Amino acid sequence: MTIKEIEQEIIDEFEIFGEDWEGKYGHLIDLGRSLPKIKEEYKTENRIIKGCQSKVWLHSEVKDGKIVYTADSDAIITKGMVALMIRVLSGQKADDIVSAELDFINKIGLKEHLSPTRANGLVSMIKQMKLDALALSRSTNYEPPTKN
Amino acid sequence: MFDINIIRKDFPILSKTINGKPLIYFDNGATTQKPKAVIDALVKYYSEQNANIHRGVHTLSREATILFEEARKNVAKFIGASEEELIFTAGTTDGINIVASGLNLPGGSEIIVTEMEHHSNILPWQLWCERNNGKLKFIPLNKDGTLQVEKLNELITPNTKVLAITHVSNTLGIINPVKELVKTAKEKGLIVLIDGAQSVPHMKVNVQELGADFFVFSGHKVYAPTGVGVLWMNKNWISKLQLVKAGGGTIKTVSFEKTEYADGTLRFEPGTPNIEGVIGLAAAIHYVNAIGIESISNHEHTLLEHATKQLNEIKEVEIYGNTKNKAGVISFNVKGAHPFDVGTLLDKYGIAVRTGHHCTQPLMSCLHIPGTVRASFAMYNTLEEVDQFIEALKKSIKMLS
Ligand SMILES: Cc1ncc(COP(=O)(O)O)c(C=O)c1O
Repeated sequence: MTIKEIEQEIIDEFEIFGEDWEGKYGHLIDLGRSLPKIKEEYKTENRIIKGCQSKVWLHSEVKDGKIVYTADSDAIITKGMVALMIRVLSGQKADDIVSAELDFINKIGLKEHLSPTRANGLVSMIKQMKLDALALSRSTNYEPPTKN
Repeated sequence: MFDINIIRKDFPILSKTINGKPLIYFDNGATTQKPKAVIDALVKYYSEQNANIHRGVHTLSREATILFEEARKNVAKFIGASEEELIFTAGTTDGINIVASGLNLPGGSEIIVTEMEHHSNILPWQLWCERNNGKLKFIPLNKDGTLQVEKLNELITPNTKVLAITHVSNTLGIINPVKELVKTAKEKGLIVLIDGAQSVPHMKVNVQELGADFFVFSGHKVYAPTGVGVLWMNKNWISKLQLVKAGGGTIKTVSFEKTEYADGTLRFEPGTPNIEGVIGLAAAIHYVNAIGIESISNHEHTLLEHATKQLNEIKEVEIYGNTKNKAGVISFNVKGAHPFDVGTLLDKYGIAVRTGHHCTQPLMSCLHIPGTVRASFAMYNTLEEVDQFIEALKKSIKMLS
C-alpha cells in the first residue's frame, strides 16, 4: 500500500471513535502495546530522538531498497504515535517518505501531538525518520528497490 | 475574608473550557493566572499613565515615576524589606545572574547549592565556576527529599564563599529550613542567596528575618505579569555589588572617560525598565494583600492535604517529597506509567499539570526517575477541583494499566 492508502486506512479506523477521546486514546495505547519490540542492542544513546519529554529510540535500515524502521518509547502514548508513524512509513521508498505530508494525524484528531512544544517528540520523530530515509538512500551501498 | 467564589470570579481565565471541560489549572508552580485587578492595571497604565520614568519633567512622566516608586515601596513592604534595598529585575533567573556575575569572588572560590535547585540557581553559578576555576558543591538530600542540613558544615572550606539555596522546592514543594542554613553559613562568613520563586507566592516572607544577603523572586508566579521580578539585597551590597549591566538612567554624570554612577538601587536598573510589569506586580501584591497571604497559605494547605490524602489511597501512586513542611506543590508518579502519559490524559480531562523534570534534572537523577507529574496550587483552586483531579487520575490510571 502507498503512504496515502495507509493514512486513509488509519483515518477510517479512528473514525468510529468520533468525539470519544477516551476510546481514541485507548486505541492509541493498544497500538503502542502491540508495537513490535526493537532489538535491545538498538536502544542506544545515539538512537534517542532529542526533544522528547519521553524517550524515543529509532532505528532505520534498508531492506530490498525500502526503508524499514523499528522504534520504542518509554511512554505508552508516545509509543502509540510511534506505532502509527511506523505503520505509515516503514517499508516505503525513501523519496515517498521524504515527501510525505502525513496530515492523517490532524484528521484523526491527534494534532495536539504536533504542537511545537519542547515536551513533544512527534515532530522531531518525523524529522528524524525523513532524515534517516534521505541519508540511507544516498549512502554509497544503497541499492534501489528491484520491483515496485 | 477568604471567599473562594469571589476570588474565582476575579480571574477571567478560570471560566475557560479545555477539551469541553472547565479548566482546572494546577500548574501554578510554572506561572499563576492573573486577576482582573492586574489586567486592569496594565490597561489603565497604557490608556492613561504611560510615560518613561525618571527622565521627563512633564506631568505624565512625573506621575509614572511616582507610580513606579510607589510600587517599589509596596513590593518591598510585602517581603519585609526597605525600598532602598529592592531592585526590579526580569525575574528570578535574571536576579541570580546579576548576583552571580556581580559578586567579584576571588578565582577558585567554592559555591554551595543544593541537589534540589532549579536550573536557574545552578547554571549561573556553574558558569561562574567554569570561567573562574571555581567549584560548585551540592548539599545532598535525604530519601524523603529533605535536605541533609547537617552536611552544609562539612562542605564548607576556607575557599567557600557562597551558599545559594531555594526557599521552597519547585518540584517537591518542600520548605527548606533556610533560617538554620543561613545561620550556619553566616557563622562561616558566607554570602547567602535565597531563591524565593516558590516561597513568595505561598507563604509570608520576611527577608530581614531570613538574614540572607540576597533574595530573589519572579512576579509571574505571584499573580503578576511575566518579565518582572525582584532582587532584594542587604543594603551593604547596594554600593558593593559589581554592575553587570550599565546604561541610561543609572548615572550621575557621564563623560567620554568616566562615569559616576547614581547611588542606590537605580544603579542596577539601566535602560527603560519594565514599567508595566512593575505596575502589574504592584497590583498583584495589592490583590494578595487584600486577600491576605496567610489565608492563601492556609487555603493551599487544605488543598495540599486533601490531595495528598487521596493520592496516598491510590496504590499505583508514589508521591515524592511526602514530608510535613510543604508549600502547595505535590509531585508524584504512577507506577509503570511515564509522567508524560499521565499528563497527556489529565490534559484531555481538562486538568493542567506539569510533567517532566521541572528544570531540576540533578534532583531527578537523585530520585532515579525521568520526571514527575506535578500539581501545584494557587489561591483560586478548590477542593472540588482536587476531587475532579483525583477522579480523572483514577480514570487515567485505568486506561494506562
Ligand atoms: C525555584 C525556582 N527558581 C527559579 C525559577 C526561575 O524563574 P523564572 O523563570 O521566572 O526566572 C523557578 C521557576 O520555575 C523556580 O521555581
